[in-house]
Amino acid sequence: MKEHETLEQRLHEQGVSRRSFLKFCAAMATMMALPPGSATAIAAVLAKVKRPSVIWLSFQECTGCTESLTRSHSPTLESLIFDMVSLDYHHTLQAASGHAAEQAREDAMKEFHGQYLLLVDGSIPLKDGGVYSTIAGRTNLDMLQEAAEGAAAIVAVGSCAAFGGLPNAQPNPTGAVAVSDIIKDKPIINISGCPPIPAVITGVLAHYLTFGALPALDDQGRPKAFYGETIHDRCYRRPFYDQGKFAKTFDDEGARNGWCLYELGCKGPTTHNACATTKWNGGAGFPIEAGHGCLGCSEPKFWDVGSFYTPLPAPAADVTAFAQAAALAGAAAAVVLSTADRAKQRRAQRTRQKLTVSDLKGE
Amino acid sequence: MDQELLLWVRGTGLQIATAVFVLGMSYRVLHLLLLGRKPSLAVARGSEWAGGLRTMWQRSFMLPSLSGRGLFTVIAGYVFHVGFLITLFFLSQHIDLFRAVFGFGWPALPRGVIDIAAVLAIGAMVALLVHRFIDPVKRLLSGFEDFLTWTLSFLPLLTGFMLLRNIGFEYLTLLTLHIASVELLMVVAPFTKLAHMFTTFMARWYNGAVNGFKGINA
Ligand code: SF4
Ligand code: SF4
Repeated sequence: MKEHETLEQRLHEQGVSRRSFLKFCAAMATMMALPPGSATAIAAVLAKVKRPSVIWLSFQECTGCTESLTRSHSPTLESLIFDMVSLDYHHTLQAASGHAAEQAREDAMKEFHGQYLLLVDGSIPLKDGGVYSTIAGRTNLDMLQEAAEGAAAIVAVGSCAAFGGLPNAQPNPTGAVAVSDIIKDKPIINISGCPPIPAVITGVLAHYLTFGALPALDDQGRPKAFYGETIHDRCYRRPFYDQGKFAKTFDDEGARNGWCLYELGCKGPTTHNACATTKWNGGAGFPIEAGHGCLGCSEPKFWDVGSFYTPLPAPAADVTAFAQAAALAGAAAAVVLSTADRAKQRRAQRTRQKLTVSDLKGE
Repeated sequence: MDQELLLWVRGTGLQIATAVFVLGMSYRVLHLLLLGRKPSLAVARGSEWAGGLRTMWQRSFMLPSLSGRGLFTVIAGYVFHVGFLITLFFLSQHIDLFRAVFGFGWPALPRGVIDIAAVLAIGAMVALLVHRFIDPVKRLLSGFEDFLTWTLSFLPLLTGFMLLRNIGFEYLTLLTLHIASVELLMVVAPFTKLAHMFTTFMARWYNGAVNGFKGINA
């Protein structure tokens, strides 16, 4: 069997210094909340492991997830993803095209059967036989099932692969579903987000390589180390939330003072992601620091919970029409029943028999 | 607890609860009004309106010492009702909801005031429940409906307070439970003694008006 080089050899080839590799390991250890000192242990293991073969399938998606990964400026943690693994098939990033590309995928699948990691971004359309998204004439469903068969584990990158995402939003014209809706017999790890934080993907891969197993997952299949807390739990505007100080518009006094964005629709309280701690763009910041509420992009159905600017307590559907119809129905019921009551009363009066002495005598 | 459940209680669940609540309440209130009574042929000895309004006002602020129901019940009852209404109408998150539904809102009370009101309301409810068990007369009078309505009124307060103060479960779970508990209350309220939220003042006005008509100064 063809063997991949170790990460150490690879980094050496790429001119990445030992020092920045250690820095990377330390950052990973912190991100995954591992005890101090584990950075060196991680480094020792990572340096020696063979880079695993990775097949990356892109289905019904916008390429935002890949963009998110590749837009990181090197040498960053994120760029190390590509050094950690041997990316044998990625139809956006690979040089090969056409039959050669498909051949590369098939070769990798055969050679590393049972060992390769399958990364998937994008949802899978099922409606009308899956015709809405095909690669080389084959449906996404077909390709996923085939590739999943020999995979050691599957990583669903981004909210589309993890939960169905935008394509799955109502009315879901293509019948889009998540990877986990189709594949039931392989370990699946969901790295949700629209797009997901690149460092989280790196972190999960580092964990997999170091420990040889997937990290602990939450009930949505997401790694707890990164999705264990909500944006709201770690938001720097939290003190204002607790004091009830809210910005009412994007340019009022409150907004200028950096008050909580809850009333402007922030979904941070119900959103599990690492934005508030890991941050974006090499740690430059995250959306709430830019003055915009969280959209809830790492949660299932985040497109269907109403406007991004509707506050959490507001109804997610129209209730006024229901209330009006119900008021009319209730009033009608009251009128009908009390009319019936009165009719009964009048009837009783009309047919009332006067009590006579003989009644009293019981005759 | 997941997002889809939250979406359901914020959407379909809320629509169902609102429909049942509005239908039930409009039926109850209108049915009562339509019962009517025969026009009195007697000469009025006082104003119905004055008497009605006076009683509505007076019964809302009765001196505990004048009450036959006992000091404890009256005070705890007031504390609960006032606390409950303050949290319901003056917590900013609730005003967000009213604004979304009715198109207008009003200023919220500071979070500290809400906290105190909520704690007092919760405490009063617990005290009232304990009293219900201890007091022999109350115990005798209590039935299933009393415990049902107590539970249904208590749960929204409790889950709401936990949500606000980040106690126990996570936000998503508590928000879902809080909204669901309110919806349960809305569905059951019109068909139990909780319908008093709309009928109390009508009844008070009615009693007062009868007395006012007769010229009784009560
Ligand atoms: S801005 Fe959003 S996440 Fe931050 S405290 Fe306010 S509601 Fe929570
Ligand atoms: S702040 Fe919220 S919407 Fe923005 S990227 Fe993070 S999880 Fe997604």
